Amino acid sequence: MSKKRTVSVPLGPYHPLFEEPEFFNLYCDGERVVDVEWKAGYNHRGIEKLSEGKHWDQVIFLVERICGICSTSHPFAYVNAVENLAGIEIPDRVRYIRSLVGELERIHSHLLWLGLAGHFLGYNTVFMWAWKYREPILDLFEEISGSRQNYAMMKIGGVRRDIPIAKIPLIEKSIADLSPKLEMLSSAILDDPVLSARLKGVGILSKEDISLFGAIGPVARASGVAIDVRKDFPYAAYGMVDWKVITREEGDVLAKAMVRLEECMESIHIIRQCLLGLKRVPEGNIGVEVRDIPGGEGIGRHEAPRGECFHYVKSDGSNQPVRHKIRAPSFMNVPTFMASCVGHTLSDVTIILAGVDPCYCCTERMIRLFDLQRHSLSVSDSSLLERSRQKTRSIAAQLGRKKVWK
Amino acid sequence: MKEKKLFIDSIKKSFGRNFLIEKESSGRWYISLKKGQLREVVSFLLKEKGFRFSTASAVDLLHAFEILYHFSADREGIFLSLRLSLKRERPSIPSLSNLLPCALFIEREMRELMGIFFEGHPDKKNLLLPDDWPKGNYPLRKP
Repeated sequence: MSKKRTVSVPLGPYHPLFEEPEFFNLYCDGERVVDVEWKAGYNHRGIEKLSEGKHWDQVIFLVERICGICSTSHPFAYVNAVENLAGIEIPDRVRYIRSLVGELERIHSHLLWLGLAGHFLGYNTVFMWAWKYREPILDLFEEISGSRQNYAMMKIGGVRRDIPIAKIPLIEKSIADLSPKLEMLSSAILDDPVLSARLKGVGILSKEDISLFGAIGPVARASGVAIDVRKDFPYAAYGMVDWKVITREEGDVLAKAMVRLEECMESIHIIRQCLLGLKRVPEGNIGVEVRDIPGGEGIGRHEAPRGECFHYVKSDGSNQPVRHKIRAPSFMNVPTFMASCVGHTLSDVTIILAGVDPCYCCTERMIRLFDLQRHSLSVSDSSLLERSRQKTRSIAAQLGRKKVWK
Repeated sequence: MKEKKLFIDSIKKSFGRNFLIEKESSGRWYISLKKGQLREVVSFLLKEKGFRFSTASAVDLLHAFEILYHFSADREGIFLSLRLSLKRERPSIPSLSNLLPCALFIEREMRELMGIFFEGHPDKKNLLLPDDWPKGNYPLRKP
C-alpha cells in the first residue's frame, strides 16, 4: 500500500508516553498500522568520540554514564573488552562481586520495565508494586557502593570496592524478602484477565524474525531463542554458578514480561550462590594491578538486562583507546518493530514498542564537532537548542502542519 | 574445545585456502576478506553455520578504513570477526541489508559517523544525525 493513501501518526520525539526522546512515524490505514519509520539521535552524546580522548581508566566513568538504568552494564562490557585485549586474569572474589552487581542490576531494571509497562497499559497498580519492590534493591546498591545509581564498581583488573562479610546478611535479607513479592507479582499478572487480553498474542515475534533482526536478550528468549552471553561465553562468575536460561515460546508481549519476571527469580538464585562464593574466598583480594595496556584489539560483552551489550576497543599501546565501539542491546532490539508493529492497531503499538524495553540513552552516543579552522565548536550548546526547535518545526512542516502546537 | 576446532575446521573446508582464519590468544577468530567475497561468506555463515550478526565496527586507520563484521555462534561459543580494509578515498562496500535486515541500521550509523558508503542500501536518510548536518562532515573520522 502506498504511503500517500495512509495517515501518518507521529509518536515523539518528546511524547508523554515515552520516558526518552525517540520518534516513530506510524503510517496508518484507519486504526491499523501499515508501516513504521524510526528516527533516533535526539539524545546522542558522542560517547564513542569522547572515549578516544580519555585514558583507559577514565573511560569506565564515561561509559557508566551512557545509561542511568543499567549503569553497570557498559562498564562491565568495557572492562571485559580491555581485559580481553590485555589478557588479564581476574581473581575469584572479583568474579563474584561483578556477577552480584550485574544481577542486582538486572532485577531492578526488569522491575522498572514491568512498572512502566503497567503504566503504559493504564494499570498503575502494577507500576506501584514493581517500583515499590525495586526500591530495596537500590538501597542495597547504596549500601554496597555508596550510590543508588552509577555504582562505580568496575575497574580494569578488578572492582573498586569489596563487599565485606559483615554486609552479606543484609543482602541475603533483601533478596529473601523480594522472592515472595516477585511470585505474587507474577501470579497477579498471569491471573489478570485485562492484562492477558492486552498482552497475549500482541506483537508476536517468530524465531525467524529474531534471527533476521538479530534481536537479543529477553526479546529473543521470549520467542524461544535461548541465547544468553552469560551461558554461551561465560565470564565473571557465570561459569562458576548453577543457573538456567529462561525462555518462553509465545513471542508476544506477555511472554516478554514473564521472561523478565522469571529472570529476576533466576538472578536471586545467582546472587545467593555469589554470596556463598564470597564467604569462601578471602576478603580484600579485589583486583590485580594493571600498568600498561598493550596494542591490539579486544571485544567484551555482557548480558545487560536488555541483552548482549557489546564493546570493541582498539589500542595502539598508548594510554587511550584508538577506537571504542559501543553497541547497546536496544540498537538490535528496536528494529524488530518492523516485524511486530505492522498489522496491529494504534493502541497496541505503544506497548509493542515498549515491549522490547528500548533504551535510547544506550542506543545514542552523540558527537561534539570541533571546527579546526575556526577553533570553535561548530555545534554550540545554544545552537543545539535552536537546532532542536528547528527540527520540531521541520518535522511539523513535513507532516503538513504550520504550527507545532495548535 | 575439540568441538570448537571441528566447527572452525568445517568453515575452513568450505572455503579452501582462499581465506586466512587466524586465532588470537583471546579465543576470538578472524577472517580477512576482500570486498567481493563479503556477501558470499556472510550468507554462508548465517545460513549454513547458524551465526548471529552481532554488530559491525569501523576504524579509521588514517591510511585506510578497517571494517569488522562481528558474528557470534552462540551454541558453539565461537566469536568470529570478518576483517576488511577499504581505501581512504570514498570508501564503499556492498550493503548486507537485503541479507540481514539488522544490518540496515548499523550501516546507516557507519555511513553517517564514519563516511563509509554501502552500495545498495535502501535508506539514504540520516538515522542519528540531524537532517541538516553539513555534507561531508564525518564526526568519527580522525582529523
